[in-house]
Amino acid sequence: MTLTDFQHLLPLLILTFAVLVSMLVIAVGRNHKIMYVITAVSFLAAFASLFELRDVGRYTIEPLLVIDGFGVFYIGMILLTALLISMLSYAYFEQREERKEEYYILLLLATIGACMLVVSKHFASLFLGLEILSVSLYALIAYLRTRERSDEAGIKYLILAAFSSAFLLFGMALVYASTGAMEFAGIATAIAGFTELPLLLLTGFGMMIVGIGFKLSVVPFHMWAPDVYEGAPAPVTAFIATVSKGGVLGVLIRFFMEVDGFRYPTLVLIFTIVAIASMLAGNLLALLQRNVKRILAYSSIAHLGYLLVAFLAGNEMGVEAVTFYLVAYFITTVGAFGVVAMLSDTERDAEQLEDYRALLWRRPWTAAVFTAMLLSLAGIPLTAGFVGKFYILAAGVNTQLWLLVVMLALNSVIGLFYYIRIIAVMFQQPEADTAIQPRSRLRPSIYLASVGTLTVLALLLLYIGVYPSGLLQVIQGMLATATP
Amino acid sequence: MILVWLIVILMAGGVLAWISGKVNRALPRWIALGSVLAVFGMTLYLWLSRPTPMLGSPWLVQFDQPWIPQWGIGISLALDGLSLLMLLLTFFLGLLSVLISWREIQSKVAFFHFNLLWVMAGITGVFLTMDLFLFYFFWEVMLIPMYFLIGIWGHENRRYAAFKFFLFTQASGLLMLLAILGLYFIHGNQTGIYTFSYFELLNTTLAPEAARLLMFGFLAAFLVKLPVVPFHSWLPDAHSQAPTAGSVILAGLLLKTGAYGLLRFVIPLFPTATVEFAPWAMLLGVVGILYGAMLAFSQTDLKRLVAYTSVSHMGFVILGVFAFNEWALQGVVMQMITHGLSTGALFIIAGFLYERLHTRDIRQMGGFWSTAPKMGVIAIIFVMASLGLPGLGNFIAEFLTLVGSWQANNWLTVFATIGIVLATIYSLRIMQKIFLEANHLEQPLADLNAREMLIAIPMVTMILWLGLYPQPFLETARPSIQEQLQAYSGSEAKKEPIAQANVTGEPAIPEKTASTEKPEESKPYSNLQILKSSN
Repeated sequence: MTLTDFQHLLPLLILTFAVLVSMLVIAVGRNHKIMYVITAVSFLAAFASLFELRDVGRYTIEPLLVIDGFGVFYIGMILLTALLISMLSYAYFEQREERKEEYYILLLLATIGACMLVVSKHFASLFLGLEILSVSLYALIAYLRTRERSDEAGIKYLILAAFSSAFLLFGMALVYASTGAMEFAGIATAIAGFTELPLLLLTGFGMMIVGIGFKLSVVPFHMWAPDVYEGAPAPVTAFIATVSKGGVLGVLIRFFMEVDGFRYPTLVLIFTIVAIASMLAGNLLALLQRNVKRILAYSSIAHLGYLLVAFLAGNEMGVEAVTFYLVAYFITTVGAFGVVAMLSDTERDAEQLEDYRALLWRRPWTAAVFTAMLLSLAGIPLTAGFVGKFYILAAGVNTQLWLLVVMLALNSVIGLFYYIRIIAVMFQQPEADTAIQPRSRLRPSIYLASVGTLTVLALLLLYIGVYPSGLLQVIQGMLATATP
Repeated sequence: MILVWLIVILMAGGVLAWISGKVNRALPRWIALGSVLAVFGMTLYLWLSRPTPMLGSPWLVQFDQPWIPQWGIGISLALDGLSLLMLLLTFFLGLLSVLISWREIQSKVAFFHFNLLWVMAGITGVFLTMDLFLFYFFWEVMLIPMYFLIGIWGHENRRYAAFKFFLFTQASGLLMLLAILGLYFIHGNQTGIYTFSYFELLNTTLAPEAARLLMFGFLAAFLVKLPVVPFHSWLPDAHSQAPTAGSVILAGLLLKTGAYGLLRFVIPLFPTATVEFAPWAMLLGVVGILYGAMLAFSQTDLKRLVAYTSVSHMGFVILGVFAFNEWALQGVVMQMITHGLSTGALFIIAGFLYERLHTRDIRQMGGFWSTAPKMGVIAIIFVMASLGLPGLGNFIAEFLTLVGSWQANNWLTVFATIGIVLATIYSLRIMQKIFLEANHLEQPLADLNAREMLIAIPMVTMILWLGLYPQPFLETARPSIQEQLQAYSGSEAKKEPIAQANVTGEPAIPEKTASTEKPEESKPYSNLQILKSSN
């Protein structure tokens, strides 16, 4: 390790340092506010250090990591999202009795894991990142342990994630056995000559897809998502839906671009089936739900299906589309769960559809933000989601994935059903007999963090929806340096 | 720049109206009225000042500004005679919508006017934009506020109706988006210039198979919006459940965006594919005319009845569009305007009645002529307009359409004409059930007050003007219609170099010329279809 290596790893180092400091601070004395400030500042510092790496080109730290434009952009996205989630968490956890300080340590750790994933170029670092992420998530999901569903969700995630990690490891072993390499580039050169994948290698890739698919919660590995989304605290749910999935998707893209997996019809077929099944199952199952967190869970399954469409386009435009859509999806999902977190009271999260009845007339601004987020998920113009969906469709049409593109359009319509239903519930007239009991308001300073975050998210959503050029330029600029 | 202002004023007015609701309950109404008056005035000024068109082109005003240059998307707005007329209609009806909501809408006034103005902004955008991405953008922008208008301020079954409306239009819109993208990439691959600009895409050369698919993508959106019979089922629900202003905007303007899309995009972009499809489209039009008329006759809900008459009248639009001649297209443009006025007026009368009676059931009405003669007179004028009485605007429109379509397809025109007879039957039934027969009411029905007369009289004036002296409107529309047709009749000439250009496409020449003769060939078959469906 040289000094330049350290410079390039600065964001990760800052976060690691923050974890250590946090632990020491808790040992000295518990204070929610100090922990919160440490977390927020370290996310900001890590993000600021990325500006040094803006024009990094392609810097490898042999043999594990590669820092390039793609990685820097994804790290930036992950850090900002984690920052926003921690902003929302403060008000959420302040209301609750539990010991809240360790939450931030886990959040930092999970973020390190996700950042590690998107810059890894070796199976070892991939697995290391994934496990740091997963293990932190086990604890995060079950964090509010006195709640009814928390344990269930935590255990479910623990068992299934461990199971899928085993699959991933076995898959890696098989790939290593048949190629003799664990580095992405090494695998690429080893299989460059094959036009058809040998059975052993195919099995290895298949098992890895199982492991990755679980983390992405794509069909048929999606069973955990609704329960975990429902049981986990709202900010953690937002984290699982965004950072965790984004990190895994990042490494998937990197791996596939490196080994050029799109050459093999079998792999493309597998992903096509997975994409279509995710879109259909996610949207259709969401129709049956009455629980907002579960609806969002199924909707995120469907959105991962949409992302896979652009991923399958397999060219530069596809990667750009995935990245753009991820940005839109991150903003939207964090915003939606932010609203859920804000409306939650001390006993339970605001997750029933009933909790949202006539929200527009009770809390117009919250309802307006939530409406904007839902419309963005549905892909309606003036929101970032629309431009993202448009980009994905464009990438799909460009490579003539007609089946996938038509399925996407069809699914957008199915998706509308349940997004609109939530909006319709919010717009219903308040019933006269159900008097709304005034909830005990938090101190305004705490409240302000949540409100401010949601405002920022809503404005970003509109800004990207109306003027996507800026973001496009950044994405195209960053990714251009990264094409392997 | 004036074109941008039209949209910006409406959007800003909407936001302002919403915010001002916190200050004062009446303020949103005045803001809405003010902003619509402003844009109406600007458009009137444009019309009266008659800007000289650019040499050899029908475009009066143009505006271009890059928006997302990476994808070749620009804020490209342009105004020709057709869009000018559509804008005049939009703002005229928009003005009336604000006025009729003055009393009717009492809850959430501010948010209502926000939605009203944003629907109008979306419609204005649709009529002006010359960039296909932006077109889709505005196409969607109209939807959400309309969904809220129906879903919040509608009648008893409003949520179902709003839902259905939204899904139908959204689903068909997505197909159009796919077609737009297809066109974009085909054009990009051919020329290396990736752009959504309408003027650039007009020069795309398409393989017949691709043209057909892309045309169906566009048609999906426009035929659903128009609506053409099998895709009409959202319309009666949406129209009957919407508040009066919503119904007026739906019938008067939203349906017209479908017709406008056909004229502006489908015909010039896919000259050969449309010819192949023409007999079927005309058949669908005739089926719509007859089916809508028959269903209109059997309705008891006044607004539903008027909604089905829209289905019937829109049949003439598609009949005329696919006749591909100047007579028919002039008729279509007239039909768009006059139908907007006459149906809008009928919905307004239904709104007046609902305000007084709290029912839309015509079985509970009757004999209102004696107590409310003013309303009766207004109603009879628009009922007569709707059945196509000479001297009123709709007659001109339907006459021109039929003259034009006769040249394209004799038999279908005959059946379409029968539709006018059916129109007489259902129209007279409206008059008879509501204003004649015995009066069941215990209290006399209040006649129109000053505000309501203020709404009704301009509409009467307009429909008379359109019926007695349509020349200014026809002249305004002519250059742009000729442009669409020129692109069309020019396709004959345009085809040859294309076919020569690609060697493999050589056998396509006889095939294409054969396809232009197809209308005559397929006539007997399509007649059979009609006989079957009318039995």
